[in-house]
Amino acid sequence: MNVVVCVKQVPDTSDPDTEVHIDSSGRDVERSKFSFVINDADNYAVEEAILLKEKHGGEVTVVNIGPETANQVIRMALAKGGDKAIRLEDEKFEFSDAVCTARLLASAIKDIEYDIVMTGCIATDDGYTATGVALGQVLGLPHAAYVKSVEVVEEGKLKVGRELEGGIMEMLEIQTPCVLTIQTGINEPRYASFKGIRAASKKEIKLMDLAATGLSEDEAGEAGSKSVMVQYSVPEVGELAEMLEGDAAETSGKLAGILKEKGLV
Amino acid sequence: MSDIFVLAEHRQDELREVTLEMLTMAGGLGSPVTAVLFGSGVNDFADKCASFADKVIYVDDPTYENFNSAAYQAALVELIKAEKPGLVLIGNTGQGADLAPSLAVELDLPYSSDIIAVTIENDKPVATRQYYGGKIDGRIEFKDADTYVLAIREAATPAGEGGKSGEIVKTDNPVTTEITVKRFLEYVEAAIGEVDITQSTALVAVGRGIREDKNMPIMEELAQAMGADLAASRAVVDAGWLPQDRQVGISGKTVKPKLYLAVGISGAFQHVTGIKGADLVVAINKDPDAPIFQYADYGIVDDLFKVVPALTDKLKGMKG
Repeated sequence: MNVVVCVKQVPDTSDPDTEVHIDSSGRDVERSKFSFVINDADNYAVEEAILLKEKHGGEVTVVNIGPETANQVIRMALAKGGDKAIRLEDEKFEFSDAVCTARLLASAIKDIEYDIVMTGCIATDDGYTATGVALGQVLGLPHAAYVKSVEVVEEGKLKVGRELEGGIMEMLEIQTPCVLTIQTGINEPRYASFKGIRAASKKEIKLMDLAATGLSEDEAGEAGSKSVMVQYSVPEVGELAEMLEGDAAETSGKLAGILKEKGLV
Repeated sequence: MSDIFVLAEHRQDELREVTLEMLTMAGGLGSPVTAVLFGSGVNDFADKCASFADKVIYVDDPTYENFNSAAYQAALVELIKAEKPGLVLIGNTGQGADLAPSLAVELDLPYSSDIIAVTIENDKPVATRQYYGGKIDGRIEFKDADTYVLAIREAATPAGEGGKSGEIVKTDNPVTTEITVKRFLEYVEAAIGEVDITQSTALVAVGRGIREDKNMPIMEELAQAMGADLAASRAVVDAGWLPQDRQVGISGKTVKPKLYLAVGISGAFQHVTGIKGADLVVAINKDPDAPIFQYADYGIVDDLFKVVPALTDKLKGMKG
């Protein structure tokens, strides 16, 4: 069971207190204050790939599109049990939309032998929920999105559960090779061992630029994208809550008073 | 612009609300609206769609009793080639997000997803979508094409009243080959645990702001002092700090308590969609720009680790 897992490095906005500000270009956010981490859903995809490898044998190949700093995310996936890695980097990849990103990923994946390609189902930065499903089509493979359970039924066939609204699972059979977009919560992502981290630091990360992908300039980046994010803006704010002012003693006192007055406590 | 196609979405004998939301949205864009309905014996869904559309293309075939993205995609490809709509709207839902991106790739059409608003400028769509969990908006423009495909966020715009009486055109299944790459098996309902939060009168909801499992006791104490049950955002459930049946939001429960106290929850739409039925919403969060404050009646911008213990003390004191 060979698995390719696609990972994205994103700003760490997991803490609900994180403030996000638009930069002077209007097409990016101010990145200097962020630390960068593996995208949450991708972290679960890495774990699922390694679990399948541990159960059924085979190799896990980690694929990333990103700058050199993304090596940190790749190496962590290698440290947990990944075998090989490819990183795609070229300034001409900038502003690729989800479909174009899928095309770039496919160019790196097509020469690998695999049974399953996994991505996270959603990225915490741009939230497209589209790249993995588009990737399936680019590779000419069936796909399943929002996958929260994976079971090998027999050679060439998986039983997967897709999470739908209301927490209902849609169970289906899907032929391999296929692309699965993995939902958070499917497993418990492990921490890398010290030994794993040391071993991963010695593994090669194969680099691919635009020329290596075999794609032309008008198939990558903004030129290769049919949708373009042209301008970020601060969302129009609806009516805000009535803010209770003061230090914690005051605000908690005011809130307790309001709840009591309304008969809620 | 030519006609707008809206893909009707249904599951387990229910036409999903996102269908009517999209038909309403499409109706405001100035082109004729066609609902596309794949189903098996769902005449009532066709009638409902007809009250929101100028035309309904209804493919009544056992193939479509349950959703299968591969079957839907094959049929939509044929219908889009034949009818040449200017715009195709599909829900950015569990079903639609499993379909729309690959459909757009197969037909080589411009695509964007999780769209919250659409306008038509120079005879083509311009879309608005959110980034960073709703903290930033982005304007999406498209390169010229005959057809554009957009996946629309559920509950982004309200459904209207309907009142149209579109023509229902029963159409033969445009796909004659059997779909074998994917096969629907069954739906499995989420289990209900010891507390059914959809019935709770008061909820204290915990978000990622709690940071670590070991901090959970302060939330438990607060919930106890309030006589409330504990609920959670997705992140807290994914981390295993509370069981799945406590999850509020699109992929969790829709709740309707008298009081919903959101603590350390930023308020991404996936979460707040689940609390629209709450009578009073109070939010405690450190980021004054957190979207949750737009959904709350009262807000406290402060460190939850200061406010929560203080509030617990105040409530205990009132009882004492």
